[in-house]
Amino acid sequence: MLDQTTATITERTALKINPAKTCQPVGAMYAALGVHGCLPHSHGSQGCCAYHRSQLTRHFKEPIMASTSSFTEGSSVFGGMANLQQAISTIFEMYDPEIIAVHTTCLSETIGDDIPTIIGKCQIEGKVPEGKVIVHCNTPSYVGSHVTGFSNMVKGFVKYLATSTGRRSEAVNIIPGWVEPSDMAEIKRYAEAFRLAAIMLPDTSSVLDAPTTGEHSFYPKGGTTVAQIRAMGDARHTLALGAWASSAGAELLEKQCQVPHEVLDLPIGLAATDRFVSALAKLTGTAVPQAIEDERGRLVDVISDMHQYLGGKTVAIWGDPDQVIALTEFCRDMDMKPVHVLTGGHGQAFEARIKEILADSVPDANIKQQGDLFLMHQWIKNRPVDLMIGTTYGKFISRAEDIPLVRYGWPILDRVGHSYFASVGYTGGLRLATQIITAIQERQDRDAPDHAFELVL
Amino acid sequence: MLDARKSQVVTAGDARAVVCDRPSVAGSVTQRACTFCGARVVLYPISDALHLVHGPSGCAAFTWDIRGSLSSGPQLHRLSFNTDIRENEVIFGGEKKLLRALRELVAEHKPKAAFVYATCLTGVIGDDVEAVCRTATTELGIPVIPVQSEGFRGTKKQGYSAACTALGQLIGTGSTEGIGRLSVNILGDFNIAGEIWTIKGYLERMGIEVVATMTGDGRVDAIRRAHGATLNVVQCAGSMTGLAKMMQEKYGIPYIQVSFFGLEDCADALYQIAGHFADKDVMARTRQVVREETATVLPELARLRQDLNGKVAALYVGGAFKAFSLVKALRQLGMRVAMAGTQTGAQADYEHLKDLCDSGTILADDTNPLELAGWLSSCEVDLFIGGVKERPVAYKLGIGFCDHNHERKIGLAGFSGMTSFAREVHATVMSPVWKLVPRRASARSFELRALSSEPAGDGRSLVLRPLSVEPERGVP
Repeated sequence: MLDQTTATITERTALKINPAKTCQPVGAMYAALGVHGCLPHSHGSQGCCAYHRSQLTRHFKEPIMASTSSFTEGSSVFGGMANLQQAISTIFEMYDPEIIAVHTTCLSETIGDDIPTIIGKCQIEGKVPEGKVIVHCNTPSYVGSHVTGFSNMVKGFVKYLATSTGRRSEAVNIIPGWVEPSDMAEIKRYAEAFRLAAIMLPDTSSVLDAPTTGEHSFYPKGGTTVAQIRAMGDARHTLALGAWASSAGAELLEKQCQVPHEVLDLPIGLAATDRFVSALAKLTGTAVPQAIEDERGRLVDVISDMHQYLGGKTVAIWGDPDQVIALTEFCRDMDMKPVHVLTGGHGQAFEARIKEILADSVPDANIKQQGDLFLMHQWIKNRPVDLMIGTTYGKFISRAEDIPLVRYGWPILDRVGHSYFASVGYTGGLRLATQIITAIQERQDRDAPDHAFELVL
Repeated sequence: MLDARKSQVVTAGDARAVVCDRPSVAGSVTQRACTFCGARVVLYPISDALHLVHGPSGCAAFTWDIRGSLSSGPQLHRLSFNTDIRENEVIFGGEKKLLRALRELVAEHKPKAAFVYATCLTGVIGDDVEAVCRTATTELGIPVIPVQSEGFRGTKKQGYSAACTALGQLIGTGSTEGIGRLSVNILGDFNIAGEIWTIKGYLERMGIEVVATMTGDGRVDAIRRAHGATLNVVQCAGSMTGLAKMMQEKYGIPYIQVSFFGLEDCADALYQIAGHFADKDVMARTRQVVREETATVLPELARLRQDLNGKVAALYVGGAFKAFSLVKALRQLGMRVAMAGTQTGAQADYEHLKDLCDSGTILADDTNPLELAGWLSSCEVDLFIGGVKERPVAYKLGIGFCDHNHERKIGLAGFSGMTSFAREVHATVMSPVWKLVPRRASARSFELRALSSEPAGDGRSLVLRPLSVEPERGVP
């Protein structure tokens, strides 16, 4: 199918081919699923909600529950107020969530529906049962990407719920970024290892990796509780992991509740995990627990054992900005050469950061924000690579150019495992490193002529 | 269940009619999608056309290669083209960007035609997609066809109609020279897992020429000459009857509604096609096809039926015609249908479904996961047939599942398709993995559950311990 892609790169001014991102609302839906007892609500046409649920289902192989305002032609003319009011009544009557998290769509944004006013009206009219909560965020699809939507939803929860009572607690807030349920569980394990009282928002572990019990639970047992989000306002510090997905929520917490914050990279790979671990050590005033030190040692061990397979290998990386930054640094640290680095997300800061990471090792790397996979394919045609790291959508390029692909990021539509095995932290880095090494070694075996095909690698 | 929903659910044998064809209640976790989705899935398989989504990136990203519609030739349809509307165009309009995109794309890919899909966003900002398409058609020398698929127009059903209107603009623009009398178009098969190749194989053996397939493995040039065929064979009635009616009015081509799913329906479809031509040779060849094909598949079906006899199924599908065929096909396997529903069925469809189903079968229009999960448990079904969003619900309950939607990987149409269907149903219904699921497990796992300290089942009943928070430090 990719015989359409030509090596000659022409400037495209008006279109994207084979996107490396999608729109905000699906990110808001993912973030909202990480709040306990929460029903994400899509204020727009039915298709948005259906697409987002389908895509999240394909990635997690889990039921995804979310409701929609079911816009009609009439709502697009007269506004969606009646739809949202009806929706709020329907949801509480039928699905009984603790909290509804409304996000908008390009349609309701363009019409200009005033969500806070509508929610306020519902509260006055008694449509919101005692003790139940509605929050919202604006997620116009024509701004940013799915990561922006995730970030906006986190901000929405903070804005509506986080309150400062004036009594500082020992708790530290962690905004984990757009990572897998497995990664969120791992980040919590790190906090526990440091005996840190952490509140993590959102937390999709035990929601989107729920065990089979024989029942269909509309609201699985995991997720940050409303009470926890409220308590975030009294925390003594916030760690925001990943600038694109998490810094906005942390900044708002600081502004709204005077909780100081710091932004770190996603703890993917050795160096980024080191920085995360140092931050935890500093916050708790304790030494790094031996168990964590040992995990680090194992990662270093494997990297050094296998360095001759990794050294100088060229790699193409794409995905969401936070992930790609950490992955690029990790690959560089393992002596690989990230020669093509692209995100569908937005921000000159992305290009600047990647340039800085690769300044010494790959000064001529192709780097682009707001790129697409058609461009990535063209880059690869012009400068082939040994390995690709990115989403399932890369499988077309992988096949066309016969280059191994390590699946990483969102979405992964054709493999399982990502939601169960973390890739953050040292052990997560070990998993990533072994995936990379395995891909390279399998290719070596496959391509070896008989006389050079060896038992031991 | 909501009061507003009660009229949309009846049981077979009940005098009450299903109320359907109405918008979903706002706030529902509906399994339905939008107009854009309907138009996109219908036109998508035309493989030598350019499909340009005029809207935000989501509409393009979520419809990139999601339908396993196979092409025997070009693969242009599998690329995702998008104008990626940004804030700037929301303010100043996206028409200029659209025209620029068309110019760039047509120069690069030289497609036979282009379809431009309008979305909610470009609809509400008031882009005149039709005007841009007219300009582009003149300037670029290929048909550039607008698809009026703004999502808010309704459900997939309105999208089917937008797609049919778009197809109508292509039909009649090609030469019909060389098309014989014994010729048909196939409407409403999308060549999922190569199904249309199976059907075309039968028709060839019957001595019938297939002029155009709409839209599975579709080609622009073939569609342009579709008005030269003698008969339209409509397989997915919901999506394509509108086009067949239009072609009947405009070109005098009669149509028949058929289904190629299941032995009974497939044989019936072939006989109906043959009957239309009133040609005894065609009829004789058709008999032979049906005889040969059924003889090939019956022994295996009989073997699979031994295990499946008496098992219970539920199904929730897009259109009603598929539901009819599935009820019959399941019956052929000895299975009983306890619940059947559709996203877009009409009242007459539900009446027909009532006649078809055993008394007591639950019939539901536009249902949701909560209702579905309830019925799947209370009816103690062994098999659920649905699409991507329903699959994990069935699995969580420990119930076998068969995808009869876009994501099926095995062709289920035709006689051979019935065997594939039966094998798939058998594999999932008889799978030993369901014995591992607590609800359906043996006494042993109940003992295990009793030993476990965690209450099983409804997650809501658990008292949630904030995982990383130590209560003594004053955090809830």
